[in-house]
Amino acid sequence: MDLSRLERISDFEWRLAPSGRMRAPGVIYADEALARDMDDKVLEQVSNVAMLPGIVKASFAMPDAHWGYGFPIGGVAAFDPDQGGIVSAGGVGFDISCGVRSMLSGVQRAAIGPLKERLAHELSRAIPAGLGRTGRIHLSDLELDAMLAGGARWALEQGYGEAADLERIEEHGCMPDARPESVSGKAKQRQRDEMGTLGSGNHYLEVQEIADIYDPDVAAGFALRQGEVVVTIHCGSRGLGHQIGTEFLREMVLAAGAAGIELPDRELACAPINSEIGQRYLGAMRAGINCALANRQILGHLARAAWARFFPQSELRLLFDVSHNTCKVEEHALDGERRRLYVHRKGATRAIGPGHPDLPEELRPFGQPVLIGGSMGTESWVLVGTAESERRAFSSAVHGAGRSMSRHEALRRWQGRQIIDELAASGILIRSPSARGVAEEAPGAYKDVGAVVRAAENAGLARRVARLKPLVCIKG
Amino acid sequence: MAGWALFAHDADVGVRGSGPTREAAFEQGAIALMHAMGAGADVAPQRVVSIACEAPNDEVLFVDWLNALIFEMATRSMLFSRFRVAIEEGRLRAEAWGEPIDRARHEVAVEAKGATFTALKVGPQADGSWVAQCVVDV
Repeated sequence: MDLSRLERISDFEWRLAPSGRMRAPGVIYADEALARDMDDKVLEQVSNVAMLPGIVKASFAMPDAHWGYGFPIGGVAAFDPDQGGIVSAGGVGFDISCGVRSMLSGVQRAAIGPLKERLAHELSRAIPAGLGRTGRIHLSDLELDAMLAGGARWALEQGYGEAADLERIEEHGCMPDARPESVSGKAKQRQRDEMGTLGSGNHYLEVQEIADIYDPDVAAGFALRQGEVVVTIHCGSRGLGHQIGTEFLREMVLAAGAAGIELPDRELACAPINSEIGQRYLGAMRAGINCALANRQILGHLARAAWARFFPQSELRLLFDVSHNTCKVEEHALDGERRRLYVHRKGATRAIGPGHPDLPEELRPFGQPVLIGGSMGTESWVLVGTAESERRAFSSAVHGAGRSMSRHEALRRWQGRQIIDELAASGILIRSPSARGVAEEAPGAYKDVGAVVRAAENAGLARRVARLKPLVCIKG
Repeated sequence: MAGWALFAHDADVGVRGSGPTREAAFEQGAIALMHAMGAGADVAPQRVVSIACEAPNDEVLFVDWLNALIFEMATRSMLFSRFRVAIEEGRLRAEAWGEPIDRARHEVAVEAKGATFTALKVGPQADGSWVAQCVVDV
């Protein structure tokens, strides 16, 4: 990215002054190296988002931002419905509520060693992953609607997981004001055989070691102990979310003109929050969030069952479950008053700070765990939300390493088998139905997640708590 | 001359079809979609699925066409390798030939989530051939 158009506010904050049709500035949080590495399209997309009606404060890009469609991935923007603010299907994405949940085992890394191969095999059998792999749960129409309304709470009622899980999930496991009736028959049909499946691409289940502690007090509060093992799942709303995104993107693009919205880019499909389409999308999107929460609850249950066959004395306790493709109604302080805003996080994670009422009592003194996936074979991170993050970007932080090259380029450089063998030699077992998929997800295809989380910390978005090293990775 | 290609996009993948007619470009775009998923080879044209969609312009129609294929693949657990497209006054009628996903033979790298409006272009080129392209979220 050409930084000459930006004003350097600090070593970790860059500002694009409003110009032309921009209604707010653009703000990019990154160190200089990360900012220079970003594609110019990121700046273009930050600028385009800033043109949308009702935008408040700024159009933000997180340190892991990269070229998305409409919004950059790693983009955050909040809109005020009382100022004609919009809701954007492009600002949420196709994989509605894609997110991460991490579960703590209490088991020491040394205990995994002799069992690693068998554990990898068992997990790859227990967790349906990859295209064409259906789940074991097939929902009727009524059950589907109940799931879309109830989220992880519904899954718990069906016997998946534990009651204690719910307070460790955003929205306590159930997104309110979901409207299953706003979800199309096609979206529901697409989900019918996909409950409890991992998907493909960059989705995974990983067994990880807590390698380093950066904030001992918060780590203790999160029950993270060096040398112990964590099980982490990354996936989203599967076919239902994808279909909702597909349908509403199209509808919003075609309806934008009639709504008087001049789209700076057709990809920024959106509708006024206070419009029939806007409300219908919000209802469907919230149902999509519940689908993702239910799906991760089921996958967590399946992981626990597999785990228990090896470590019957160990429980996988849920640390937290975060989502990174959402639009949520939140109250934020702005110019001395509390305002109700529609906060879009597209490839960005909520990062609320200590004392926030939405946090469970045990975590409230510390802040929200922010779970950051790295690349397969490198590292992942646990961060914690900060009070400063609200002022910075409506309590938002990064979501992962972000790709540094296209899938095409990754395939040109690496062979899947080569990656699998190299990682195995360094002690990381990869199980995937597709060697090509592994090549596309090669560690070298992603940014340095360590640099990304350092920048997030230095920018005040979230603070590092622990670094996790992969031991086993089940990929879709 | 009809052909397909993939083009780079950071997190996702661009698919492009070209051909002497608009319909040929749409067919090749579908082939590109299959290759983007890693499913281009070794898919036998055993069964046919009929697809119909309608849009106010060629570009939205191309997105609709790819999304219809994505829907059929997801709900039928099928892959496709051969396509025949007819377009008249904004209405597309097509047949897609393929077979059920065989995980032993079909090493699909990613599932397509949806065709987007990114880099969307459908139209005639200077040499009279047609191109149809967009980025697909994978």
